Amino acid sequence: MQVTLKVYRYNPEKDKKPHYDTFTLEADPTERVLDLMERIKGLQDGTLTFRRSCAHGICGSDAMRINGMNRLACKTLVQDVGKKITVEPILGLPVIKDMIVDMEPFFESYRSVMPYFINNDPPPNGERLQSPEERERFDDTTKCILCAACTTSCPSFWANGKYVGPSAIVNAHRFIFDSRDQAAKERLEILAGQFGVYRCRTIFNCTLACPRDIQITKAIGEVKEAIATGKLD
Amino acid sequence: MSNQHQYEVLVVGAGGAGLMAALYASRSANTAVISKLYPTRSHTGTAQGGISAAIGNYEEDRPEWHTYDTVKGSDYLADQDTVEFMCNESPEAVYELEHMGLPFSRTPEGKIAQRPFGGHTNNETGKPVRRACYAADRTGHMILQTLYQQCIKNKVTFYDEFQVVDLLVVNGKAAGVVAIELATSEIHVFQAKAVIFATGGHGRIWEITSNAYANTGDGIAIALRRGIPAEDMEFFQFHPTGIYRLGILITEGVRGEGGVLINDKGERFMDRYAPHVKDLASRDVVSRAEYIEMRDGRGIGGKRYLYLDARPETINKYAAIDGRTNPDGTPYTITGEELLKKLPDIIDFCRTYLGVDPVTQPMPVQPTAHYAMGGIPTNIRTEVVIDENNTVMPGLYAAGECACVSVHGGNRLGTNSLVDLVVFGKHAGINAAEYARGADFEPLPADAADFARQQLDAIRHSKGDEKVYQIGIEMKQVMFDHVGVFRTEEGMAQALAKIRELKERFKHIQLDDSGTIFNTELLSAWELSNLLDLAEITAASALARKESRGAHANEDYPKRDDVNWLKHTLAWLRGKDNVELRYKPVVITKYQPKERVY
Repeated sequence: MQVTLKVYRYNPEKDKKPHYDTFTLEADPTERVLDLMERIKGLQDGTLTFRRSCAHGICGSDAMRINGMNRLACKTLVQDVGKKITVEPILGLPVIKDMIVDMEPFFESYRSVMPYFINNDPPPNGERLQSPEERERFDDTTKCILCAACTTSCPSFWANGKYVGPSAIVNAHRFIFDSRDQAAKERLEILAGQFGVYRCRTIFNCTLACPRDIQITKAIGEVKEAIATGKLD
Repeated sequence: MSNQHQYEVLVVGAGGAGLMAALYASRSANTAVISKLYPTRSHTGTAQGGISAAIGNYEEDRPEWHTYDTVKGSDYLADQDTVEFMCNESPEAVYELEHMGLPFSRTPEGKIAQRPFGGHTNNETGKPVRRACYAADRTGHMILQTLYQQCIKNKVTFYDEFQVVDLLVVNGKAAGVVAIELATSEIHVFQAKAVIFATGGHGRIWEITSNAYANTGDGIAIALRRGIPAEDMEFFQFHPTGIYRLGILITEGVRGEGGVLINDKGERFMDRYAPHVKDLASRDVVSRAEYIEMRDGRGIGGKRYLYLDARPETINKYAAIDGRTNPDGTPYTITGEELLKKLPDIIDFCRTYLGVDPVTQPMPVQPTAHYAMGGIPTNIRTEVVIDENNTVMPGLYAAGECACVSVHGGNRLGTNSLVDLVVFGKHAGINAAEYARGADFEPLPADAADFARQQLDAIRHSKGDEKVYQIGIEMKQVMFDHVGVFRTEEGMAQALAKIRELKERFKHIQLDDSGTIFNTELLSAWELSNLLDLAEITAASALARKESRGAHANEDYPKRDDVNWLKHTLAWLRGKDNVELRYKPVVITKYQPKERVY
């Protein structure tokens, strides 16, 4: 089938302001949008610029807005979005060139929530024990691939880029509810602050955008509850 | 930012091996990591099924069984001293990951969960043993995330989205690297006392591959251009269960949980090829079995794929036939819900890309280019060695898939990639930092960046009517057709000639993008030049090996030949159409080669 791809273009070395280019190509309905972009770059316009690596939804490189929704180009099939496809960069982070945005503010927020395991007791000779139920408690938020699809779909983040955003909260949640970790209190203090969880207005855009199907709004709710009650169950 | 940098230790690549090396090196040496991707984009993250350690959380297991299984899996080409070292170290490495917070799946007692994998056996009974420590089917994701988290905790310095294009060698020692900053195209010179290459694999040489776009063998190609050989490049693993046409990996863990391969006649054909462990034979064995089934017309609908059937009723049927039991002796069974818990990601892949639900439908699969057993030759200390006498290049280290410490030999055992990168990444970090303490910086010449610039400028200014994309497609096709699961002398010679023709055509490419900001077209072209070099080395090494061993199945020499070919290949790129091959002996300690039966 013939598909048209309308693509947001911006190259600061050439363009005063962004514009759109339209490409037409033959495509199979089961192809990934990323396959189409690769083919356009390879055969029609080598200047088309985007990030990608694993091409199957694990590395988190290719989040973009496809027909208005944040998605991974490698996890979106042509048949999911139809013959007329519009591709734009994710919102709320500065566009550097075409689909490439500056990810630094995103990673800065991530780093601000202590996204690493803390347990200052000397470890045992073997593993620290954790029951399957305790492990299950934070399973959902271990799936995050830091693609930024959630954070850049969030109107609260668009309104104020200092909001740490859903992804950072997801990554804090992953440790707050890990029975082996000892720094939940510090993380909850950070997230109770001015740019923490209370910026969330439970709009659910993040949950819809997540290519890993993480129940993000639920996770944020659990963090809010832990702050309010001081309890972690 | 100044474009001149100085660190005691530089780590190139931020996958599992690179991050592990960085964590250890940064404890005692001023260290930086340079990566062409954001670290969490690295390909380690796509590993699914598990990381092996003989910790016996369900049943008896021993590091020496892991060692023997690895040596046997390698078809006796692995160096047995390095294998033994790795398998002895792996329990500690796995516990260390757990102590870093890695969220392993758990046994009812709260220990790390383990599952069976291809070729993992109790050496006394010959039965499969649960050795692969897993976190659902996203073990690699958890390892990569955990190591990156620890790097943040320990404030490791990163240069993200910097592509290293050259290794600096001064007075015969590694002295630094040259990199291009993707965002600006500026050239940066990094001076160092020690350099660790952890640059990953090169599966993008082949048409059907599980590998990321990023897996272009940059580290090996850079080393080759600096006169360092590549070892055992003819041994490349084709994983038996890639999603049909896409090549996306379906973990061996599916068969570990009881899934079976089925042909067009509905037969579980692995019975005939590996009567003892059946679907859990080594990957090379299973991939060849699939090829033979397809060649003999038993592919599904006569096409080039088979079914991987993991429907609970199928699993339970064959588990009963095989007499498989749970640790408590009760018959092994599984429900759809349990399957979803254990294999959520691959179920998601199948639903997304195929519209197939593995709980109710079989998955169409075919062999997919997956893992480089070969790479930059190193010794057991991860020091890079540059000839058949194992002469060390001081200051240069390599670990992970880009390296050939030779724990995988002719065929890697499932889960050992993760063991390799954690164990040898760690030791690369320790050894490089220790070396750096006793070493001085070598003075860099004023023109240190010239060779890197020349390579990039040649691509930038190249004129002609060739397309990088088209050359890439032709390379991948010829390599998949002729230097794939089965090989013939004629086919390999044809492939080698074709690769050389493509290298000539590469001189006439022309880019559209002449800009400096994220010129990914330039980088892709440079990456293709790496792939072409590695394809040439691979085809030449393969054509020379007159035997069949592990993943190298040469139909003109179908038998393993230990008299003449129990040796490692070393290949040098010596200018146009010239690959020089030399050989070095395999280290054999406890296990004399014998016939390999599964």
